[in-house]
Amino acid sequence: MPPLTEHVVLRDLDIVNIADFDVYLQHGGYEALRSAVTEHTPADIVQVVKDAGLRGRGGAGFPAGVKWGFLPKGVYPRYLLCNCDESEPGTFNNHQIIDRNPHQLIEGIAISAYAIEAHTAFIYVRGEFAAAARGLERAIARAYAHGFLGKDIFGRGYDLDIFVHRGAGAYICGEETALMESLEGKIGQPRLRPPFPAVAGLYGKPTIINNVETLANVPMIVRNGAAWYRQFGTEKSPGTKVFSIAGHVKRPGNYEAPFGTPLRELLYSPDYCQGIRGDRKVKIVVPGGASAGWLTAHDLDVTMDYEALAAKGSMLGSGGVIVLDETVSAVEVAYKMDEFFKHESCGKCTPCREGTYFLVKVLHRINHGHGRKDDIPLLHDVYNQMAGNCFCLLGESAVVPIRSALRLFPHEFEQAISRAGNGHAIPLIPAH
Amino acid sequence: MSLLEKSGAEIDAIIARYPQKRSAVLPLLYLAQDEYGYLTDAAMREVATILDLPPTDVFEVAGFYSLLYEQPVGRWVLQVCDDVPCAFCGAEELIATIQERLGITVDQTTADGMFTLQRVKCLADCNHAPLLQANLEYHRDLTTPQQVDQLLAALRRRAESGEKLSISGRYAEQ
Ligand SMILES: Cc1cc2nc3c(=O)[nH]c(=O)nc-3n(C[C@H](O)[C@H](O)[C@H](O)COP(=O)(O)O)c2cc1C
Ligand code: SF4
Ligand code: FES
Repeated sequence: MPPLTEHVVLRDLDIVNIADFDVYLQHGGYEALRSAVTEHTPADIVQVVKDAGLRGRGGAGFPAGVKWGFLPKGVYPRYLLCNCDESEPGTFNNHQIIDRNPHQLIEGIAISAYAIEAHTAFIYVRGEFAAAARGLERAIARAYAHGFLGKDIFGRGYDLDIFVHRGAGAYICGEETALMESLEGKIGQPRLRPPFPAVAGLYGKPTIINNVETLANVPMIVRNGAAWYRQFGTEKSPGTKVFSIAGHVKRPGNYEAPFGTPLRELLYSPDYCQGIRGDRKVKIVVPGGASAGWLTAHDLDVTMDYEALAAKGSMLGSGGVIVLDETVSAVEVAYKMDEFFKHESCGKCTPCREGTYFLVKVLHRINHGHGRKDDIPLLHDVYNQMAGNCFCLLGESAVVPIRSALRLFPHEFEQAISRAGNGHAIPLIPAH
Repeated sequence: MSLLEKSGAEIDAIIARYPQKRSAVLPLLYLAQDEYGYLTDAAMREVATILDLPPTDVFEVAGFYSLLYEQPVGRWVLQVCDDVPCAFCGAEELIATIQERLGITVDQTTADGMFTLQRVKCLADCNHAPLLQANLEYHRDLTTPQQVDQLLAALRRRAESGEKLSISGRYAEQ
């Protein structure tokens, strides 16, 4: 699949200084908002986003226009939330968008808010993006000063306020209902669904939540139309995706490519990552953030779209592609990844809180040369008790690294354990 | 001086952003920990009073989020990402170098109160491993001990020059 000649989202790569308000304006910036507000009804905008087949980039790939259609008729106020919590390991595309192309996001939020008839939008930015959050605030201030936000936008009586809200360090706050709790000033623990956010979300009001990259696509769709958008990608996964690729590749970074681009091309093509450091072999590729099932060197011909990755038992997820070469130990990777989930477990439900604790405890001792004879069945037992029983997807995701590792590299666990004293149990604290 | 006396206008502006006052708890805790160096019991009660909340609600929030500090920290909080992929791209070496240069281990503060060292999870900048945040400013691609030395010296100079520092990242520019 040929690389893009022009980017849809990462237009900072095509246009020098597009983060600057004046440069953004010179390149047609805020024209899509003007056209939406002055020439179209909210329903028109929902329709074009539906026709384009824009799918949510936050992980689940749910069609944005369809989600917007779930709002109960006639219930106001409504809120739009932009999810910029971006904390899935290996994922850093939202970060580049808000840093280098903030106005396209702001315009996307404004058009989307108009489409769903919301007058207030919040951008929930993870606390660590302190500088980028300030940059966003400055960009929003410019848009207000030119009348693109605030009261009576383009003289059509539409009002919109956008606020930046900084989180304070918690991966779980990327989960949409935890994010709402957090924005309401509470600890970030997920809510029971139903009711779904479209019916009762922020402050109990109808709420639409979308990822940064999802919303950043909207101005280009409104400007160029659904047919234009669908020239990129596959029928079921239309458009482009910004893949964050890091780890042992020669040129890590964000690459925007059409959905359906083969993984091998992203890793080896001179247009993208240019191969593996030291020309070593690939051992593990985690294609959609730490929550995605692992792939190996045998899977590199998979195409990067929702359907093909699901067929491989993995997922496109956040589009964070972690590439690890043959120098890593699968045991250590599983240990580090599950340590992440343990660290971020919100503690609300027992299978996740206790399950991640035990997974990490056992993985830690195997990884440090103190594995016990029965540890492999024990690990299977622990994750099987978690799977399907967690309150939210964080706990379910914690099952993925250990299950992948045991399925793909069982001998590494066996070896690590057998090295620990000829297969006999070595207690962590020696008995006397 | 109380938070309200010192930053009343800023606090009013923050509260005005939200339909419900309680939503201002994170921004006010950020403000409070900058003012007092960390979230003292009195600081959290002050925030509770401003927002008409029971103090326990504020204590609970402060305990939940990793960027809210309930214990004293240094003037610079150094947070090294040790997640995957950074863990396999030099993060452990970076932590070892900092520990050696500062004479502290993770979760400790230097005796002069200048630096606190912490391990954190993915900072969404993995293409620049190994990296850290210093008061939530990014410092990327720290591959050599010389870079670490230069960074620590530069941070120390900034603190000693009287620059206003924010452990909450309220003035972060990179
Ligand atoms: C543990 C967890 C963390 C999540 N983190 C994020 C995140 O950082 N950013 C994001 O957009 N979605 C995240 N999501 C998905 C959101 O719940 C939600 O589906 C998404 O924001 C919807 O936007 P979209 O439809 O545009 O993808 C997370 C989900 C879970 C379960
Ligand atoms: S699965 Fe984990 S993160 Fe989700 S509610 Fe349960 S404890 Fe919290
Ligand atoms: S894993 Fe370190 S920044 Fe992402």
